[in-house]
Amino acid sequence: MKLVIAMLMDGMIYASWLFLIAAGLTLIYGVMRILNMAHGSFYAIGAYAGASLVGFYLAGGYPPWGAYLVLLGAAIFSGIIIGLLVERGLLRFMYGRDEVVMILVTYAILLILEDVIKLAWGVDAYFAYQPYTLLGRTKLVGLSYANYDIALIFISASICFLLWWGLNRTRQGKLLQAVIHDRDTAAFLGINVTRMFTVTFVIGAVLGTFAGALTAPGISVMPGIGIEVIILAFAVVVIGGLGSIGGALTGALIVGLARSASVHLYPEAELFVIYGVMAVVLAFRPQGLFAIATARKI
Amino acid sequence: MKIATILLIAAAIAALAAGLVMPGWLTFMLTLALAKGLVVLGLLLLMRAGLVSFGQGLYYCLGAYCVGIAGDYLQTQNALLLMLLAVVACVALAAIIGLLLCRYRDIFFAMFSMAFSMILYGILVKSTAFGSTDGFNVKPPLLFGWTPGGESSPMMAYGLAVVAVTGVGIFVWNYLRSPMGYAGEAIRENEIRVEYLGVSVRKVIYIKYLLAAAMAGLGGAITALAAGHIDPEMAYWTTSGEFVFIALMGGTGHAAGPVLGSIIFELLRTYAFQISPYTWQMILGTALLAIILYLPKGVWSLVERITKRIAA
Amino acid sequence: MTSLIETRALARNFGAVTAAADINVTINAGEIVGVIGSNGAGKTTFINMVTGYLPPSSGEILFKGKSILGKTPRQVMRAGICRSFQVAQLFPDLTVLDNVLIAYGMLKKGSLSLLRPLANARSIQQAETLLEEYGIAEYLPEMVVTLPQGVRKLLDIALAMIGKPEVLLLDEPTSGVAIDDKFELMDTVMRAVRSSGSAVLFVEHDMEVIARYSTRLLAFYDGRVLADGPTAEVMSDEKVKEFVTGHHLEISSPKEPAHA
Ligand SMILES: Nc1ncnc2c1ncn2[C@@H]1O[C@H](COP(=O)(O)OP(=O)(O)O)[C@@H](O)[C@H]1O
Ligand SMILES: [Mg+2]
Repeated sequence: MKLVIAMLMDGMIYASWLFLIAAGLTLIYGVMRILNMAHGSFYAIGAYAGASLVGFYLAGGYPPWGAYLVLLGAAIFSGIIIGLLVERGLLRFMYGRDEVVMILVTYAILLILEDVIKLAWGVDAYFAYQPYTLLGRTKLVGLSYANYDIALIFISASICFLLWWGLNRTRQGKLLQAVIHDRDTAAFLGINVTRMFTVTFVIGAVLGTFAGALTAPGISVMPGIGIEVIILAFAVVVIGGLGSIGGALTGALIVGLARSASVHLYPEAELFVIYGVMAVVLAFRPQGLFAIATARKI
Repeated sequence: MKIATILLIAAAIAALAAGLVMPGWLTFMLTLALAKGLVVLGLLLLMRAGLVSFGQGLYYCLGAYCVGIAGDYLQTQNALLLMLLAVVACVALAAIIGLLLCRYRDIFFAMFSMAFSMILYGILVKSTAFGSTDGFNVKPPLLFGWTPGGESSPMMAYGLAVVAVTGVGIFVWNYLRSPMGYAGEAIRENEIRVEYLGVSVRKVIYIKYLLAAAMAGLGGAITALAAGHIDPEMAYWTTSGEFVFIALMGGTGHAAGPVLGSIIFELLRTYAFQISPYTWQMILGTALLAIILYLPKGVWSLVERITKRIAA
Repeated sequence: MTSLIETRALARNFGAVTAAADINVTINAGEIVGVIGSNGAGKTTFINMVTGYLPPSSGEILFKGKSILGKTPRQVMRAGICRSFQVAQLFPDLTVLDNVLIAYGMLKKGSLSLLRPLANARSIQQAETLLEEYGIAEYLPEMVVTLPQGVRKLLDIALAMIGKPEVLLLDEPTSGVAIDDKFELMDTVMRAVRSSGSAVLFVEHDMEVIARYSTRLLAFYDGRVLADGPTAEVMSDEKVKEFVTGHHLEISSPKEPAHA
């Protein structure tokens, strides 16, 4: 019983984290058909911005609760800047190219950003554990959980709800869905697709930096953290079906629970489980669970 | 034999002779470049069919580890046997993974191949028997019980690399002109038509994948023999990314592109690292963007343009 | 007459859309069958099903009495049914010559060679002969993307004919071709077909073209075959006039060009 609860809790926490990362990736793909390899760098930039600014803030002797606002601010601010820079400065010149070419372009951006991060923050690790420990811990049937991690579940759920609400209940969201569904027709109907792209990319980037900033207090922030993340996020997004927010949620839950089951029962298989689940899902549904249909008519 | 082939073999002999007088570091660097060139030659076959593999590091690393492990466990230092083992192992693994991968295209092919190489990376990092992240040393190889130029000489691996690149290069050159080679172009252009011409698209891709794996394994094996040390980094996705970069930089229009590309790449890297170690990836990224925008057919297309102008 | 293709109760739906419902068609050796029907009537879906591109929801497809249900386009093609496409399916970034060479290379029996060159004096000669037969030899070195629509359609059909089919299914061979060039294109195709003896089914919107080339006519409407018989008979069928050719409309809209 205790094991089951432990597995569920760990799985949920991990899944929330995965969803935060995957949401931006899948949103950008859905709207723009760009698999953004640099998403991992956005995550890393968010983590660095969060960790360094929180360190700065606390060193100034301000009230510790404000650190959460600093994290949030760092995420939004860095996300908007990097998103605008990448989209306006580079990607928009590449629209209309092949999806594979776009992967190479975003791979190039990833390479550049990795070094930009090193130049901006150096190669030493940053720690900003205060926001993590400040919330204390909760005992649950004899297991101890950081309240910060539990809060992550709620934050992730709220983000998911916000995205769903934004896409389905607002005018802008419905227009965006029109773009996702059929870009050409949407442009024909007078929707400003270019602006939609910019807005989407910035929102996606902010989701990425937000995931990084939220993760920063729980880890040591150092070079390379963004790179593992992109592959994980890709596995999650593919299981659910590229471009679908609901798919990212499902994928995150499946991967999160599967990984935590493996960690508790058979730790050696941790890595296998994630890709194993991906392989099994794709063997039966090659386009993922909730893929956007793209039939080629002849 | 065609004139081109004879010229190429003459060039190979010249390269071997040059190895005798080159400084050791240059020989070593060229060996690594040629080994990478082998991997990229394989990647070229896939890219001509419109498939970008971000996971050739899987076979590059597997080939290298085969050499290292077999050298330890089979107590053999026979370079040719070790290379053969590496190729066989890679083809065997590709025969399984290829069954899954040949169903996918575009970003899926790219990302799944990357995922597979990351699985190998994950396994190697956790396996203490093989030195986890540090890797381990490979015994110096012998060629029929003989080490040309002595134990520490890079000459032997260099010789093997030159011979392998020449052989594989000639193969690829012919392959690209064969019906099977053109089938790759055809698949990139229009799969529906290929199926309606009575050819199985998946089978063609599968064969290309096996060939690419064999070449990557050979490249990895030569790297292991030359460097004398291997580590999981070879399977890391940035290594695979480098191969894609080299292919784009060299150009996929001709079998010479990958070889030229990898030599330029190694030269660039050696100097860039010395000058400023923290901007290497930035240089790579910027160069990649520049190539995509301004030189989509790679450096080899420049060579072709120049030779055409001279001929005219 | 021996029947080549026979479909029985062939049906296919896409979600709620019924693209084909209960199609029973027989094509006999040597026939030239025209197909008419408005957009969305299920003509392309029918060809897609017969050639193995689309699995039917239900029904049976026989070729020379044997079921070919579940076969892939590649197997169906090897069995002797070739097709052309509404939108020509070519290799756009390659030359016309390469397109034809690839087609010949792939259609050879056995697996593809890895080392023998695809282009040699003999295969190039073969390609030239084919292109001459279709009157497009002058385009030999051009890239396909640069070709006019009519040449693309001809090349598309030429590639299909390389397979030496017993049945050739042409999906709107003259769509996108200028009215004045339609007959020339059809003449070229029919000459080539006649010399090979294939049976032909062709989808066409222009009633003059239908009248000139088909001996038998199928009228599709809403996923069904509304009428099937000698061309003149079907063209004067009341139901066909009402639902397919829309000749009744002529009374209310005199601008519509009069069909033969
Ligand atoms: N791949 C597909 N997915 C969804 N609907 C399709 C598909 N192919 C055809 N349809 C639908 O089936 C019907 C018949 O289409 P089609 O066979 O192309 O008609 P035709 O060739 O007679 O114009 C149309 O309503 C079309 O929208
Ligand atoms: Mg049609």
